[in-house]
Amino acid sequence: MPEISQSAALSFREAIDRHSLHEHFADLPQQREAAKLGMWVFLATEVMFFGGMILGYIAYRNAYPAAFQAGSVHMLFVAGTLNTALLITASLFVALAVHAAREGRRKALVWCLAISMFLGVCFLGVKGYEYYQHYLDHKVPTRTFQWDGPDPRHAEMFFVLYFFLTGFHALHMIIGVSILAFIIYFAQRGRYTPEYHNPVENAALYWHFVDIVWIFLYPMLYLVGHTHV
Amino acid sequence: MAEKTVRISTYIWIWAVLMCLTALTAGISFVNLHRWSTVVAFVIATTKAGLVVTFFMHLWYEKEKTIWIWAVVSALWLTIMLVFTMGDYLTRGFLQVPGK
Amino acid sequence: MATSPQLETVESADYLNAEYGVKSWLLTTDHKRIAILYLASITFMFFIGALFALVIRLELLVPDGTLVQADTYNKMFTMHGLVMIFFFLIPSIPTVLGNFLIPLMIGAKDVAFPKLNLMSWYIFIVGAGMFIYTILTGGLDTGWTFYTPLSTSFVSSSVVIGALSIFVVGFSSILTSLNFIVTVHKLRAPGMTWGRLPLFVWASYATSVIIVLGTPLIAISMALVALERIFGIGFFDPLLGGDPLLFQHLFWFYSHPAVYVMILPGMGIISEIITCFSRKGVFGYWSMALAILAIAVFGFLVWAHHMFVAGISVYSALVFSFLSYFVAVPSAIKVFNWTATMYRGSLYLTTPMLYALAFIGLFTIGGMTGLFLASLGFDVHVTDSYFVVAHFHYIMVGGMVTAFLGGMHFYWPKISGRMYPESWGQVAAAVIFIGFNLTFFPQFILGYLGMNRRYWHYAPQFQVLNVLSTAGASILGIGYLLPLGYFAWSLRYGRRVGDNPWTAAGLEWKTPSPPPTHNFPETPVVTWEAYNYAELPKDIEILREETFAGD
Repeated sequence: MPEISQSAALSFREAIDRHSLHEHFADLPQQREAAKLGMWVFLATEVMFFGGMILGYIAYRNAYPAAFQAGSVHMLFVAGTLNTALLITASLFVALAVHAAREGRRKALVWCLAISMFLGVCFLGVKGYEYYQHYLDHKVPTRTFQWDGPDPRHAEMFFVLYFFLTGFHALHMIIGVSILAFIIYFAQRGRYTPEYHNPVENAALYWHFVDIVWIFLYPMLYLVGHTHV
Repeated sequence: MAEKTVRISTYIWIWAVLMCLTALTAGISFVNLHRWSTVVAFVIATTKAGLVVTFFMHLWYEKEKTIWIWAVVSALWLTIMLVFTMGDYLTRGFLQVPGK
Repeated sequence: MATSPQLETVESADYLNAEYGVKSWLLTTDHKRIAILYLASITFMFFIGALFALVIRLELLVPDGTLVQADTYNKMFTMHGLVMIFFFLIPSIPTVLGNFLIPLMIGAKDVAFPKLNLMSWYIFIVGAGMFIYTILTGGLDTGWTFYTPLSTSFVSSSVVIGALSIFVVGFSSILTSLNFIVTVHKLRAPGMTWGRLPLFVWASYATSVIIVLGTPLIAISMALVALERIFGIGFFDPLLGGDPLLFQHLFWFYSHPAVYVMILPGMGIISEIITCFSRKGVFGYWSMALAILAIAVFGFLVWAHHMFVAGISVYSALVFSFLSYFVAVPSAIKVFNWTATMYRGSLYLTTPMLYALAFIGLFTIGGMTGLFLASLGFDVHVTDSYFVVAHFHYIMVGGMVTAFLGGMHFYWPKISGRMYPESWGQVAAAVIFIGFNLTFFPQFILGYLGMNRRYWHYAPQFQVLNVLSTAGASILGIGYLLPLGYFAWSLRYGRRVGDNPWTAAGLEWKTPSPPPTHNFPETPVVTWEAYNYAELPKDIEILREETFAGD
């Protein structure tokens, strides 16, 4: 990092801190607080974004309860439950990563982030498998959709919501995994200190949010039809 | 560092509770609670989400009131949208007038 | 109470001449330069939107005009609405005046995330580019409201790219607002408490909160329409059991608060102008600030008043009608307070003040007619008529655009270091006022008499009023071209001004005109209240001069 060699008079820690402090902020704590607030404000927009689709889900489930139950039966319960467990564990490791960053433990930080990222990729893998199974089963809503049962149109609506909700969620997971990849790279290079690790904290906040969305999607999509007659 | 450091064991405990709640919601979905099924599932999911927000996202330890306010406002605004819209859907057809 | 000290400047360079070259502008992170980039972009989009309006008014000169065909006419009003709302009004004051002024007003060196600020502009350009591509590849004819299933299943215009362009420009909006929220929370100078903030900052903050909470809904609405068209999936399609009203709920949940986005910043500007040219602090500072917040909050609770005849339940309609009356109250409080501010003030009828006075009158008319529309019985009679068109143009054009022009005139000396020619300014303001009223007042009558909106032909008895409206539109068009001309002229020939030509209150007037790149050589410490006109000279510096730039 060329900037560090110019500030040879400073300690390594100070040099990192000076490199990190943007000039319109008074000090690192103010910058950190601003970055954190910015991420929470951004998460508010994400809540509303997913909220729109959740509104659609609620409206249509209210209108077609039987069709939604029937549709939910076709979900891969084991895959969904496994995915929930994967994401919750990934959240744990991301929280542990932030903890490690706060204490300046670089190796622990990198390992925890890597495990989280790995679990996130596993989640996407399971999701891809599920989508493939639905495709083979002719449950992808388009002209190829097939349904033997009453209310095919309403059942198709369930699958529309399933693919929209999990699709946007998976998109956010991909973004989250990519962000983690960048953070791991910089963490490995020693960029984060106890005084400056905003990207780790904010990436963690984003990751937890994506987990929370799934926490709601799981019962909404996978657990509706188990007592369906 | 402005915040006190959370103990690692706290995170592990929360993780364990989340896993248990997941098992609970999965298991209870096989029990026919009629119209309460949805309520139970929602309550469990909200509890899980609440734990993630409060502990994993450090809201519990957050001294900045602004962050608290944003978290509450997000949930509140979503609720407003859902309640007012479903208020329309659920009150249709009360008058025996077509289209109202 | 300490009097506000004059701050010394260290740098002689200002933000305009700090660096030269296209790269220094396109890669800038200076909020003031970004404001100028936005100014150029939205002005360009404004004239595109105005061209569509020109075609509309020309077509409506005769009852059965064939200047364009019906399908083309549909495209004209659709794209006029989309361009003016998403690419002009919503960005206008926040991205130009907000970007420029907020850090100056709070004593900060820049916004919280300067690079994100630049990215917001690029996202805006991408969205605008996508929309222009839409125009060039057949346009959109669904109405700016994109109602389904028309937009998803029945039209063959460029709906997907058009909808996605709105999605993209929504992100630009969200990121700018996020920036402002964090800036106001975290970068206020020592002593600049919430209670000392200029009302423009309060208004910008509230606007930003609305944008953050509402825009994701237009994003999801547009995304769902696009997905439905691309994949043939029927989310809003009745044939699939979909509900077109669900689209309307999602759409209007954003688009109603969006109209408050399109008025609150204007209200903030008006407070700055009226206090300066009444030489008085604002009447009821806290009621003004809380009214701003109340408008933002209540604005989220009334959206289905756009759906009274669409098929929502009658109980729901009652609730939304009742709440729609409520939301007018804080706006009325603001109008009363502006009036009370002027009472016993020393009024100076400069160009910005003329715009501010016009705003108060025109916004009141627009707002009151909104109350008519909130009444269920009346709304059934005039829904989708020119009454509605007149109502929203009174607020958006008579209100917001007027405020934008007033703000541009008021802050032009600060932005450019030059004064515009005052007599030209007053003439343009008068032309705009006359043109505006001639264009839109007849439309109230037309709507009441039963003329439908969005129709290319109309019943012959409406022709006279339509001709008046078109005549007004041409006058209005000239009125809008005048400032373009004399602002450009002033950049070369306008009188150079000092720090505070208007002898106004506020931190932004303590910097040189134009300000240096980093705004303040040292972070100021604020020890005075907002609008401390009692401590400032009663007369206005620039008006004491014998001549006024270029007159």
